[in-house]
Amino acid sequence: MHDNLLAQAFVYLAAAVAAVPLARRLGMGAVLGYLLAGIAIGPFGLRLVADGAGDVLHVAEFGVVMMLFLIGLELRPAALWRMRGAVVGLGGGQIVATAALGCAAGVALGVPWRMALAVGVIIAMSSTAIVLQSLAETGRLRTDAGQRIFAILLSQDIAVIPILAVLPLLATSPPPAAAEMHGVGALPGWQQAIVVLGAVAAIVAGGRYLLRPVFRAIARTGLREIFTATALLLVVGIALLMQAVGLSPALGTFLAGVVLADSEYRHELEGDIEPFKGLLLGLFFISVGAGIDFRLVAAAPGSLGALVLGIMGLKALVLVLVARRAGSVMADALFIAAALCQVGEFAFVLLGMARGAGVLPDQQAGQLVAAVALSMLATPLLLLAHARLVEPRLAGAAPTREADAIPDEDTPVIVAGFGRVGSTLGRLLRASGVGTTVLDLDGDRIEVLRRLGLEAYYGDATRLELLQAAGAARARILVVAVDDFAVTERLVEVARRHFPHLRLIVRVPDRPEAYALLRDGVSEVHRETVGTACDMGYATLRALGHRAFQARRAVQAFRDHDEQGVRALADKWGDDRSYFSAARARIAESAQLLASLDFVDRHFDLAWDNTTLRDEALGRPSAATTPEPPSTDSVEE
Amino acid sequence: MPRVLVLFAHPAYEKSRVNRRLVEAIADLDEITVHDLYEAYPDFRIDVAAEQARLVAHDVIVLQHPFYWYSAPALLKEYLDLVLEHGFAYGSQGHALDGKLLMNATTTGGAESAYQIGGRNRFTMRQLLAPFDQTAFLCRMTYLAPFVVHGALRIDAEGGLDVAERRYRALLVALRDGTLDLARAVEGSRINDLVADA
Repeated sequence: MHDNLLAQAFVYLAAAVAAVPLARRLGMGAVLGYLLAGIAIGPFGLRLVADGAGDVLHVAEFGVVMMLFLIGLELRPAALWRMRGAVVGLGGGQIVATAALGCAAGVALGVPWRMALAVGVIIAMSSTAIVLQSLAETGRLRTDAGQRIFAILLSQDIAVIPILAVLPLLATSPPPAAAEMHGVGALPGWQQAIVVLGAVAAIVAGGRYLLRPVFRAIARTGLREIFTATALLLVVGIALLMQAVGLSPALGTFLAGVVLADSEYRHELEGDIEPFKGLLLGLFFISVGAGIDFRLVAAAPGSLGALVLGIMGLKALVLVLVARRAGSVMADALFIAAALCQVGEFAFVLLGMARGAGVLPDQQAGQLVAAVALSMLATPLLLLAHARLVEPRLAGAAPTREADAIPDEDTPVIVAGFGRVGSTLGRLLRASGVGTTVLDLDGDRIEVLRRLGLEAYYGDATRLELLQAAGAARARILVVAVDDFAVTERLVEVARRHFPHLRLIVRVPDRPEAYALLRDGVSEVHRETVGTACDMGYATLRALGHRAFQARRAVQAFRDHDEQGVRALADKWGDDRSYFSAARARIAESAQLLASLDFVDRHFDLAWDNTTLRDEALGRPSAATTPEPPSTDSVEE
Repeated sequence: MPRVLVLFAHPAYEKSRVNRRLVEAIADLDEITVHDLYEAYPDFRIDVAAEQARLVAHDVIVLQHPFYWYSAPALLKEYLDLVLEHGFAYGSQGHALDGKLLMNATTTGGAESAYQIGGRNRFTMRQLLAPFDQTAFLCRMTYLAPFVVHGALRIDAEGGLDVAERRYRALLVALRDGTLDLARAVEGSRINDLVADA
């Protein structure tokens, strides 16, 4: 049954479907659910999947590859620059301190210093996959502590590049089996370093100058599935390229993601890759669970347990100290330590490489792999314990709830549709210093806008994933300015269902569409022609010789009156929208439109009209009844 | 030759009787600029730089407006708020208006007797116009007694409107030509009488 792909898929999916909802129900979080599912179906559980962690992990590692591509997409150079303090100070401090302490502990236990340093560097890595997934699940990513955790993870992700380059230099013995090594593995250390840097440069240059024209051409075809295919092709291609030169595919796609973070296709790419990532990451967690070698655990439970505890204790200690030094309160520092004290998936890559390069002997590497997997398994449990046991105690001590950090690059406004209406509105917001994310389906237009220095992204805004990628969960306002009302209705529906917090400001063609949305409870509804008509009316009044101020007031008053009319009539449209209710509304509408014809006569210059005041002063009976209080020359005697 | 700028502010010019006659009476005079604020800035978006240049180019500034709630209509206040900037009109670096003349030309609904201590409005016109007086002082301008037409609600041609019109025109000519006795124009409750015989 193991060799049947569909049967394999069935086992993994069934395990996920059964275990994850159960785990969530028990308050354990999805990550732990996946891990437990993996243990359950693994060689030491029900034995439903093949023995040998490598096999399963190999497939599932692609989830990590995709996740790193997505993380890269989120990390535009500008955001990176803003976080530099936290990344260098917090993250750099954590890595250096962990590596140094780890090395010192190793040397103290009699391990050669090169090997000890390699292990120290490797265990400094935490699991981006587990931690970010857990934080996102509990909604803590945007908190102060969450942002610090993200900075540390980011710093580790970046540190992997020099670590990969430097690790081979720590080799004490020649690589045990040269045949296992691909490409660069056989080269001397300094040449490996050059190849690594060369591959990085190739991805950066290719991403910058090659990929955007390709995406533009694909987007122009308007075929969505081909765009998705292109996105997958890109990720798979880079992964293959990196494997060919013996580097981590995850690192390559991460770099490609960073390079593409500034591209207009960023959100569309995110939307396309996200579902694949989610599934494959689940698979990754399952395979980590399935890959825990319980034979090793059983053979030396004491020493392995001590290793896991030692590593996690050391990391936690460093994390608490670093976080406190950076100004975190104790509760936050403990949370950061609990979240990050496991060793991450990068360690699998680094351990494999260290073993290949002869830095670590097989046995030690195998033990460390098991320890890493166990520490990953412990993380969700640790977070759970922190939430249940530690937090309630500290909550009393800390009177203020931790403030949500202001997102670094999420914009408060998303503008869907950048045509005749959206473009003006977008420019106005931009000129007022309001951060806006623009989504549009016209690739050529997006290209022009970007050349003008505006941030605009290609994609269909009615797709949930694209809205999500554009930051709808954190944005405050969604401006719907698309041409096609059918699209507007769909978008309004999607946005209200999935992002009820978003304030909607919607463009509609005319009255019937305004009635429909108003009846559905959308209050900011703007008919696209009213503003222009009023401007033209003003120009006409001026051309007729009306004074500017009065013409302006007349137009404003008329506009208010008209808007009130639309809102009043919206109620007359029956829920059933039947012929009769529509007809009733039409009749009411005609009456209202006619009523507004003499509107200007009645409302023109009533302000400052001193007729009644003069009548009173001259002792005449007042003829006019003004609805507004006379505001004119000071009170008569 | 001194040049006169009339800053005219009336939000309901169509309904105006007295102010309209007054402003029409001076429209044809040479060397006098009438600037209709509500016509120029219906949205209250005042072009500050242009207005400052305009003030600099004139020597006598007349604020002509109906007397609304013991002050000027909103746009004229907005004008003073925005145009008389620190560093332009006042402050150690603000000397653009030094020595210029400032005057209110206004119309009230109430009769002259109402604008007395003990009268219905409890204060004199000079007292009620103190904010303008002090504005001129801070800008190192010379504030003249106001030109006032009282009883604007009742006034008609025979009842004094023709007289007011003639006097206003004569006053602006005298200001333009520099023939007004400034020592007397600064004093007194109203400037109207200085040109009574013109």
